[in-house]
Amino acid sequence: MTTTFEPATAVREQIIRTRDGAVNTRVLIGGDGPPVVYLHGLEGLQWDQFHDELAASRTVYAIEHVGSGESTGLEEFYDLWDLVSHYEEALDELELAETALVGHSFGGMVAAEVAAQLRRRISRLVLLAPLGLWDDDHPVAEINAIPNGRRAEILLADTSRPLPRLLAPDPADYEALFHAELNSASISQFSWPFAEKGLRRRLYRVTAPTLLVWGAQDQVIDPLYAGYFTAGLRVPATTEVLPGLGHLLHLEDSETVAARVRAYLTEGTPGGRPA
Amino acid sequence: MKFIFFHLMPYRDLPADFPQRFDSVYVTPPNDELCDPHKVSQYYNEYLDQLELADRVGFDALGVNEHHQNAYGMMSSPNLMASALARRTSQSTAICVMGATLALYQPAVRVAEEFAMLDCLSGGRLIAGFPVGTSMDVNHSYGITPTETRPRYYEAHDLITKAWKRPGPFPFNGRFNKLRNVNPWPKPIQKPMPPVWLGGNGSPETYEMALQNDYVYSWTSFFGFQAGKKFMLDFWDTQEKMGLEFNPYQGGYCQIVLVADTDEEARRIYEPHVKYFFENGQRVPHHLRSTPGYRTRRSAEFAIKSGTMSAVANQASAARDWDSMIENGLVIAGSPDTVAERVASASKELKIGNFLAILQVGNMPDDLTRHNITMFGEKVIPKVRGLWSDGNYEHKWWAKGVQPRPAAEAVSQ
Repeated sequence: MTTTFEPATAVREQIIRTRDGAVNTRVLIGGDGPPVVYLHGLEGLQWDQFHDELAASRTVYAIEHVGSGESTGLEEFYDLWDLVSHYEEALDELELAETALVGHSFGGMVAAEVAAQLRRRISRLVLLAPLGLWDDDHPVAEINAIPNGRRAEILLADTSRPLPRLLAPDPADYEALFHAELNSASISQFSWPFAEKGLRRRLYRVTAPTLLVWGAQDQVIDPLYAGYFTAGLRVPATTEVLPGLGHLLHLEDSETVAARVRAYLTEGTPGGRPA
Repeated sequence: MKFIFFHLMPYRDLPADFPQRFDSVYVTPPNDELCDPHKVSQYYNEYLDQLELADRVGFDALGVNEHHQNAYGMMSSPNLMASALARRTSQSTAICVMGATLALYQPAVRVAEEFAMLDCLSGGRLIAGFPVGTSMDVNHSYGITPTETRPRYYEAHDLITKAWKRPGPFPFNGRFNKLRNVNPWPKPIQKPMPPVWLGGNGSPETYEMALQNDYVYSWTSFFGFQAGKKFMLDFWDTQEKMGLEFNPYQGGYCQIVLVADTDEEARRIYEPHVKYFFENGQRVPHHLRSTPGYRTRRSAEFAIKSGTMSAVANQASAARDWDSMIENGLVIAGSPDTVAERVASASKELKIGNFLAILQVGNMPDDLTRHNITMFGEKVIPKVRGLWSDGNYEHKWWAKGVQPRPAAEAVSQ
């Protein structure tokens, strides 16, 4: 998906190679300061206002999910184990011995898995409306097969504030349709039929102090899932549920969400190390 | 020409306001609310009787298929139906299971076992269909990860054909199937294995797989010969490019056919049932049908950039009224002469030697279905039977255990 957003930050692109050279991954890098890695969700890799806001005091490394956008090699991945080990190699390639990690939605699930595995490398963890847990009584919406015409309604709290680049591509734009299909397929490969792949049993391993941020009007994942995360975590965890925001909270109100994230990464947390 | 009576076994009592109240006939139509098992009991028995009738009136094969959580196709296990047919049909009729949705079976050697059982039970009359299955079946009903649909399918195909061809026991180390001893008891009667037919709706990978393995490729849709033309001709083009010899019996296609005494009569007696079928039976939303990752990168690119999806959607939109359905070939209907002429011209145009006739449509009742089967068997098949007979083509993909029909029972040519 293309973006019309003009970044205030100087952003450079780096292609990193993992899995013995078989996988190329695009990374957008911008800003100054201590590192923060960002893992995107359904909308794909793009540098938008949320990234700009984070980049004001951090060096942001936004890593594209395998097989999405211009990143290749999805067929090299069989399962989450492959994906988590890919991120270990990616951190090596980016020369990040230790970093804060932020993930949204599917990217939040991956961030939690990475933090549970690469425990000494993740200093702080921020999960924005993360996938990864499941409750039969409050099922997470099927984000990989959203009915035509219902994307805005499901993903946003306020459909009057359009985020056109995130919504369905023009049916006549075959290139955009094709890329949207690849993006979705690359995410569903690790989250079908729903994103419950055992994270609940691994959350206790996370050592990074964790911030959970949810939009109060999230129709994809009910904010009560924040409680399921904190119940599974053994580290100090902070939960913020922001009114008036939906599943794409960081895009609906980039300024507010980025401010909360930056504050959490900068300030000390009870019982936690400064990041 | 070979004629296969292909049954879907639909539910016939969806409420009149189904299209307004429910967005899909597949995956999610609520079972307790809509499906009465007592009615299904009656329908299953009628449908098996109809297939047995087809055996007596001149069809060459009886076809069943696999769908899940589906109100227009209630055979979640087609092998159960095929085994009932194996016991009660003549040795002159093949049984075509179109087929086992390979990616759904874990371990996939289950398919090798059940098909071998059917082949033994029927005396070598099995035609083994290996469809990929729809996204509604594979991804939405059975929870298979979309991008694993093809890898699981190919691995299952490899395992099943090895289980039939190689002496057991042998080990198989796949990604999804890990077996120390592959050794099905029994193996099929047909050696080295039953004929394999693939069904498809336009993925180039499926054409190539059929040709590389010497299988039949059939266009299996409900939209008739005009929708299928591009794909069947693509299939034959691929065959030519691969330097392989043309044989119409390596191709097939599926078509709704309705026969009556006259063209007008056909419309009068069948139209309400066709309407039921297209209004309810084709109600599958895009997000269930075209799940991202279900198609390979290559097929997705092919389908999106060649406008395949819109071509199929255009055909579907032709299902508005009787005249446009006839004109666009969604249905072939009319007197025996009209139908025979169109079956022949469509088969010639698509260059196929296997005609899969759907003769029970939507809520068509038993007596009318039996009328349609009898009319097609007795009055249409004899007129089209010899379509390819001047070409000296050998049907190399027919079940080897099928016996010639006794002369007294033979349909006059």
